[in-house]
Amino acid sequence: MPIRITLALVLALGMAVPAYADRRSDAKAQVDFGIAVAQKGLWKEATYRWEKAVEVDPTYAAAWNDLGIGYEQQGKFDDARKAYEKAIELEPKNNYIRQNYDLFREIYDRQNRRRDR
Amino acid sequence: MTGKTAAAIASLFIALGSFGCLAFYEIGIETPIQAKFDVSSFQRVLVVGFLAGGSKGIDPNTETARLLRSQLRTKQDMKVIDSDAISLVTEVDRRRQAAGGVPMAGGTAVASGTPTASGVPSASDEPKIKDEKDLQSYDSIFADVDYWKKLGEEYQGPLIVTGSVLFTEVQKSGMVSHPREYIDSLGHQQVEEVREFSDRKGYALAPKFIFIDGRTGAQLYSESFREETYYPSSQNMPALSSYFELMDKVLPSFLSALSTQKIKGTRILLK
Repeated sequence: MPIRITLALVLALGMAVPAYADRRSDAKAQVDFGIAVAQKGLWKEATYRWEKAVEVDPTYAAAWNDLGIGYEQQGKFDDARKAYEKAIELEPKNNYIRQNYDLFREIYDRQNRRRDR
Repeated sequence: MTGKTAAAIASLFIALGSFGCLAFYEIGIETPIQAKFDVSSFQRVLVVGFLAGGSKGIDPNTETARLLRSQLRTKQDMKVIDSDAISLVTEVDRRRQAAGGVPMAGGTAVASGTPTASGVPSASDEPKIKDEKDLQSYDSIFADVDYWKKLGEEYQGPLIVTGSVLFTEVQKSGMVSHPREYIDSLGHQQVEEVREFSDRKGYALAPKFIFIDGRTGAQLYSESFREETYYPSSQNMPALSSYFELMDKVLPSFLSALSTQKIKGTRILLK
């Protein structure tokens, strides 16, 4: 019995790893395309691609980070905050994400202070 | 394949993998900051004038009205109405006299907007508003809804910009640090930090911008600022230069009150 369970686990893992790799690969393609169009100033298209990327692979921190930037550029501050925070949750030690988030928070907090007045 | 070759290839793959994970691209973004209140129902904006005083070196009322008009013309969509800056000090004094009271003492007020031909008030001009306390004795005019409504009717209900501007001379003494170059014993040029007592003088600018609905006379929004700048007492800095230096710091916030502004910055895109 334990042998069967072990075999089943190994099989499941063996199937899961390629599936994960496929998801990441698909998401990465969307992220790459998003970066290419963002560099041309097409932020809506870029944001759409990054939304697709996190849909395909919700554990992809870089995609959440890029999505946060895309939302920020379009003034969607609440969405940007959630995206950045998700990126940090997935990769808490990534300094690039931290730096983006800190810069965003300066603007986000200032905007919210205004609303409170 | 030897063990060493295999290890080298494995290291290369690991390095490439790490590089792939770390791929990043710096990109410029423009974050839009929304206006602090809705001005979409206004087609025109009127910079009326300000309760102003402090230093007699400049006329803060005229200078502020002129500066804000030029900024509003280029950095937002409403049409800016051309008109002379009203002296709110004179208006309040006129009311006091009409009510049987006495206007505040003082010479020809700087705030009355009567500069000399050079644009700078003469030395005999003493501002009626010298400090915050003087300002408070005049600022009831901002709550006079009927006055602002009547004024707004004359210009077909624009957005009215008014407020107060106190531009005062300030002094500060204390220890300051500055770099000093010297030649060391080996003949090399070195820099050291020197702390010494210094008398410094400068100017403080305390503007309060008030936005009023010209159709109703009601206040829509107001915001206060305070900025200071200091120079060594030996340096003779013209008051007008300091005024513009300080207003430069305040203007972005003023403009972002009534129009969407974009903050430029950079972010890191990751792969």
